[in-house]
Amino acid sequence: MAIAPEKIEVPAGSGAAHDDNFHNPPEKPSAQFHHDADEKTADLRHRELIQSALGKYYVARAGKQSKFQNWGAARQTAAEVKWEAVGHLDQYLREFEEKITARGTKVFWASTEEEARDYIVGVIKDAGARRIIKSKTMTGEEIHLNAALEKEGFEVAESDLGEYIVQLREEAPYHFVFPAMHLSRGEISDLFREKLGTAATDSPEELTMIAREVMREKYIAADVGISGGNFAIAETGMISITENEGNARLSVSLPKIHIAIMGIEKVLPKMSDLALFLPMLATAGAGQALTGYNTLLGGPKQEGEIDGPQEFHVVLLDNGRTKLLADPEQRDALSCIRCGACLNVCPIFKNVGGHTYGTTYQGPIGSVITPHFKEMQTWKHLSSASSLCGACTETCPVKIDLAHHLLQNRRNAATQKPVWWEKWAMKGFAWFMNQPRLYRLALKLAPLAQAFHPLVKGRRLDPLYVWTAGREFPKVKRETFKDFWAKRGNLG
Amino acid sequence: MPTPTSSREAILSAIRRALAVPAPKPGHHAGESEPQQEPQFENTFSILGQEAATSQKRTWLPPVGESWDEWADLFAANSLDLKTQWILCADEADLKTQLEKLKSENGWKKIGLHRGELTDLAAETLGLENLYVDGGYDAHELEKCDAGITQCDALVAQTGSILSTNKSAGGRVLSILPPHHVVIARREQLLPDLPAAFELMQQKYGDKYPSLMGFITGPSRTGDIERILVLGAHGPKKLTILCV
Repeated sequence: MAIAPEKIEVPAGSGAAHDDNFHNPPEKPSAQFHHDADEKTADLRHRELIQSALGKYYVARAGKQSKFQNWGAARQTAAEVKWEAVGHLDQYLREFEEKITARGTKVFWASTEEEARDYIVGVIKDAGARRIIKSKTMTGEEIHLNAALEKEGFEVAESDLGEYIVQLREEAPYHFVFPAMHLSRGEISDLFREKLGTAATDSPEELTMIAREVMREKYIAADVGISGGNFAIAETGMISITENEGNARLSVSLPKIHIAIMGIEKVLPKMSDLALFLPMLATAGAGQALTGYNTLLGGPKQEGEIDGPQEFHVVLLDNGRTKLLADPEQRDALSCIRCGACLNVCPIFKNVGGHTYGTTYQGPIGSVITPHFKEMQTWKHLSSASSLCGACTETCPVKIDLAHHLLQNRRNAATQKPVWWEKWAMKGFAWFMNQPRLYRLALKLAPLAQAFHPLVKGRRLDPLYVWTAGREFPKVKRETFKDFWAKRGNLG
Repeated sequence: MPTPTSSREAILSAIRRALAVPAPKPGHHAGESEPQQEPQFENTFSILGQEAATSQKRTWLPPVGESWDEWADLFAANSLDLKTQWILCADEADLKTQLEKLKSENGWKKIGLHRGELTDLAAETLGLENLYVDGGYDAHELEKCDAGITQCDALVAQTGSILSTNKSAGGRVLSILPPHHVVIARREQLLPDLPAAFELMQQKYGDKYPSLMGFITGPSRTGDIERILVLGAHGPKKLTILCV
């Protein structure tokens, strides 16, 4: 498998930096991860922003979740409904296709991100369109859609406020639900002043209104609206979009063409399943009972309707999903509804931040699925970026066993391509632990050796460098536990 | 541009190949022998069927109470939380008074609306410059309206939401482009919960669904800057519901 990131020509100075390795493309993902993680964990300003934003999320989520009469049963059913959908994915997708096509929608199946990009570019070119309004789509990020559209000379505007901010900054979303969570209002004000020439302000409301004014004209002028989709309903042939701002509603209503792009795993059997999934997504994702707008779209403008697009295209993307489906152990990762809750509770995410992952999907779910979507050996380091605390598994509204999947990735990576020195190190350790005399001698010598530790401590020569570079090493006692126990006379 | 049949077939056959090996049931780990060998799919869904699953959902979702009054109270409480303006009118005369009040408080000069029993009543009461969307409209003109007045399919007490479609609420854009969205609903349109809302959609539209249906829950909002709530991100800054 190719280790190099997908080659995409990125026009300089555009919002096209939405690439997985936007930091420094030639850098190896694992090296980039370590480098950025070191930097971010020491960045106290970053920590404060994330803690404060997530603090608000925790309070809101706990409040809304506690209103459920039985969150546990709701979770189990949501997991079972997705299990049913994913377990019969081919049948439900065909049903979805048949129903939505009958109402004048065009469905395109894309095996790879390239096929999806080419199709979308083709639709826009065929229509002679130029201006595109996008509402948030992570699948669009996954296929690097913006770069491809801008390369063709189309004008692309991200309408979701957070996405617009990161587009102006020419960086990838920080978090797949809260794209601009890493920025303070001051930084956003500076950004707007620089890019849009607006006056400085420290009011989030004024900043939001600036974006509103910019976007209003774009919605009306746009030829094409591009959105994602949170669910595809097989029974009725509809897609469902969840949002708060109303930007998706405008993007799918005003332009004459609407293109929705979504992963093949987004399907749900019945429309009424949404009675459970919509409130659960809102609660787990943002601590809301229901998000501002939940929209079901079952086709372009139908006969007798007042407005709406003349063309509606749905792109169903595989791009590695069938590989994940083929692993029964981790198949439930395809149940993910992208609420982002596992990121919000993850101690690793909170410390290293979203950009460090270098992936479209950050946090525990991203660490689980990225090696399947892309390539195991290049992305296996993400599965080690875990404390195995299990908070992700516990918080997941569809019960994906994320913490174990991280362990399974580690095991699979090592089975696939064993690391020679790790193998020898473990063998050596096993041998050493089976030598009681040597073990006792080492215990006796340890305090002595520690006296010389300051000579090398925290430097590259230090055998404990990985630990001591950022932490203190505990002082070794002269009296071992064994000695202490014997002295107490408890052995008899 | 037609779908290359190859990709469609490739994906579908990859799915079928992958699904030849069953996955453990939710709540079980792979490798546990028993669920792995289970011969048939059995879950709440397939055992109880859709209807039972729907009625069961009711017992897990947030409680709503039994009577209309309780639903109305819950809707009022949710509206307060969402910053929706909720006005329960005593009768049609009261509705007219409330509309007049809204007009003067907000300084409305021009309104967008669609044809309908309640919206026509509003137009008559307000006596303002009207933009009816029914026969088509200019988006720039609609954007200049001070408010968009619509009807809806139902109100959902559980979440404080409006259930509307492009059929019931004058198309896709009227309810979202003007800065103030005003919904006029009948008392009997208040439903207890989300399962009831989906039942209604099925009963009302059968297989002839409008191309856009959905829930509007509060005015347009964002928390993208430091997770601080701001209203009116892209859609309406204000949402008023008049229930008569």
